Amino acid sequence: MPENQDPSQHLLSPYRVLDLTDQRGLLCGKILADLGADVIQVEPPGGNTARKLGPFYHGETDPEKSLYWWSYAANKRSVTLKLESERGRELLLRMAEQAHFLIESASLGYMDRLGLGYDALSKVNPALVMVSITPFGQDGPYANFKAPDIVGTALGGFMWLTGDADRPPVRVSSPHFYLHGSAAGAAGAMLAHTHRALTGQGQRVDVSCQQAVARTLAHAPQQWDVNQVLLKRMGVYRQTSGDNVVRISWPCKDGYINYSAGGGGGGSAASTRALLQWMDEEGYGDEYLNSVNWEELGYGEMRAELMVRVIDPLMRFFSHLTRAELVEGSVERRILMFPVSTPKDILAHPHLEAREYFKEVHHEELDESFTYPGPFIKDMQGGRLGLRRQPPLVGQHNEEIYQGELGLTAEEVASLQSEGII
Amino acid sequence: MTTESNVAADAGAKPLSGLKVLDFCWVAVGPMITKYLAEYGATVIRVESSKRPDTLRSGAPLKDDIPGINRSGYFANYNANKYGVAIDMRHPKARPLILKLATWADLLTENFTPGTLESWEMGFNDLKKLNPKLVMFSTSMLGRGGPMEKQPGFGAVLSSLAGLTYITGWPDRDPVNPYGAYTDFIGPKFAVASILAGLDYARRTGEGMHLDMSQLEASLHFTAPFMLDQAVNGHEQARMGNRDPDAAPHGVYPCQGEERWIAIACFTDQEWQTLAGVIGESGGESGQEWAKQDRFAGFQGRKENEDELDELLGQWTAGWDSRELMGFLQERGVAAGVINDCSDLFTDPQLTHQGHYVYLDHPELGVYATERSEVTLSLTPGRLNRPSPLLGQDTHEALTEVVGLTEEEYQALEAEGVFI
Repeated sequence: MPENQDPSQHLLSPYRVLDLTDQRGLLCGKILADLGADVIQVEPPGGNTARKLGPFYHGETDPEKSLYWWSYAANKRSVTLKLESERGRELLLRMAEQAHFLIESASLGYMDRLGLGYDALSKVNPALVMVSITPFGQDGPYANFKAPDIVGTALGGFMWLTGDADRPPVRVSSPHFYLHGSAAGAAGAMLAHTHRALTGQGQRVDVSCQQAVARTLAHAPQQWDVNQVLLKRMGVYRQTSGDNVVRISWPCKDGYINYSAGGGGGGSAASTRALLQWMDEEGYGDEYLNSVNWEELGYGEMRAELMVRVIDPLMRFFSHLTRAELVEGSVERRILMFPVSTPKDILAHPHLEAREYFKEVHHEELDESFTYPGPFIKDMQGGRLGLRRQPPLVGQHNEEIYQGELGLTAEEVASLQSEGII
Repeated sequence: MTTESNVAADAGAKPLSGLKVLDFCWVAVGPMITKYLAEYGATVIRVESSKRPDTLRSGAPLKDDIPGINRSGYFANYNANKYGVAIDMRHPKARPLILKLATWADLLTENFTPGTLESWEMGFNDLKKLNPKLVMFSTSMLGRGGPMEKQPGFGAVLSSLAGLTYITGWPDRDPVNPYGAYTDFIGPKFAVASILAGLDYARRTGEGMHLDMSQLEASLHFTAPFMLDQAVNGHEQARMGNRDPDAAPHGVYPCQGEERWIAIACFTDQEWQTLAGVIGESGGESGQEWAKQDRFAGFQGRKENEDELDELLGQWTAGWDSRELMGFLQERGVAAGVINDCSDLFTDPQLTHQGHYVYLDHPELGVYATERSEVTLSLTPGRLNRPSPLLGQDTHEALTEVVGLTEEEYQALEAEGVFI
């Protein structure tokens, strides 16, 4: 695989993670794995439920062909283990003795009922960091609520602010609720790890996905708290404060772009000036807009009466150019404009290409290579993190881990297999 | 974990006690990252340019809509627990001072346009000569290196480049951006995990490093399955409003009152049967026998008749108080949740239980709410106990007591106008 240095020298190489999560928590372990930790996905015999989630390779609903699984299991190893059995439980506790982290996303109380709650785990390994990813945290009035993505995202306040004003609030058409919580779980795991590294003490990290989503709302909660202003969803527009609205999404010749006219610092006024200049050059200039003192407007400020004057001239200009033409011109002129990209655009994006962001990962079972998103962060001195393994097949590392690392005999493994435990 | 138990447990150490952070981050994404560190005990010295203070200081809401460099609730949320130091970065004596701070620090964080620190001769290669264990964290929209590295922008538009806008909204309408500078709130979680991993590595090996996060590249991990679908199958995900291929009904429905909504989702026939039973029982004047119709009994049938299903369900929910209906359905095992607006968040029973908003007393804002982290550590919980700093508020205290300048050194710099 790519440019990485010796994988034993990655940022988190010395650490082992037992990942018991399903689709609700996979990203947490994936982040630690990309940073170099040895992450072992402990799957129920037959495979993780996330393997049932589409999209699938060539549409084939096969547990080894879920692209959802591939996305969030690459870089991990896999063992199968039936936790709902005495021998399974014992084996997990044995693995937990040698692990640094254990991540789980089970329903409340489930781990306790298996005898694998924090109390039991910390008894065999007081230094263990246990991360639990749940919709609302371990207790409280909603703790036992059913929370598929749309319910969690609604309760987190995100949907209220998203979508067209004349239709119900909307979510992003892909589940994010648990991704926010899972990613935060990786941050929480490392916070607890830092304490463990200094003191030897492990602890429990309790993640609330609702809180994670409620932290994605920019200044909207503060608008209410500080000035009792209730922001609303405005579709392609955005309310910045009071009566100030600014249009964000615009149609162009072959799709959509994002552009936010405005004044103030952060390059905003300069960007607006540069666009107006470009419009002039192409014969789409607007005298009134040229006369506005953009530099004196506050950051993100756009008065309603001004916005009305902005729409038509910009619509006319944008609709005669393609996304590619608009973006190219914007880069040259330092205009704050971006295309509304499709996955296809992103895969071919020249900046990502120049950075070699996407990585080819070879799947041995299919003898084929696939394009994966690369690391979420760069180590500027080399590759002490990154993709190094294809996503594991169900139980692919049973022998390697149970025999090779845990020291079970071949007979013991065979007996566990025949009992359906692994 | 309840708020009460947090307070009780918080007598002990915090996980990042002793971690020294020199923080040049500004606007949203960077300060949100260093806020996690400050909440968990790191000493974060937030350096602002006295000539060009953080843009977010003028970002709404300004208390009572009165302009003022210290009146922004937006800034106040992300900068709690940090020391505020203001330095005229263009002053000839600023550079030696910053170098001294970089020698003091374990971690330097910044989100200037790539190349800015280097232009001041304060890039990683300059700093590591003085402090070989220094971990430096940089973040920008598109990352260091590549043809568009200096392209200015902000998260509101980056969600489009990351493919998120394209899949948000109604299939018969223009796409809409996910609210806010959405990608700004994806990156920080990846960043905090990475920074702490880098610091762990530096502690183990004595070797510092420079980590650089492209907010675009981190955000693409939220759309990874769609990227693979395109790369592997050539298939493009479309926006679906609130629909989900595996559930019906799956949507947002009106309730009593103005702009009151509830999200309801049934992924199994059993969940639907429970919901249909509830609808039947509560029939009332409108006669709710429709829910028992055979065409809605199976998943296939509900999918085929989803428009009508949504319409009928919406007529039924419209007679309910949203919160009452949520409780009623959840008790019976049907997934339902109210659409919390931004005022509801402050009274939401679960968020209140979690102590999600922490109230701090600020000299100009008064008592204001700041969000705590979404992770609760049983042994060493975080704590937010200092309001965000006024511009330059802690310059003297931070530079003398924390960093260790002598009073004479400080006075000399002040006399030269470094802090103006």
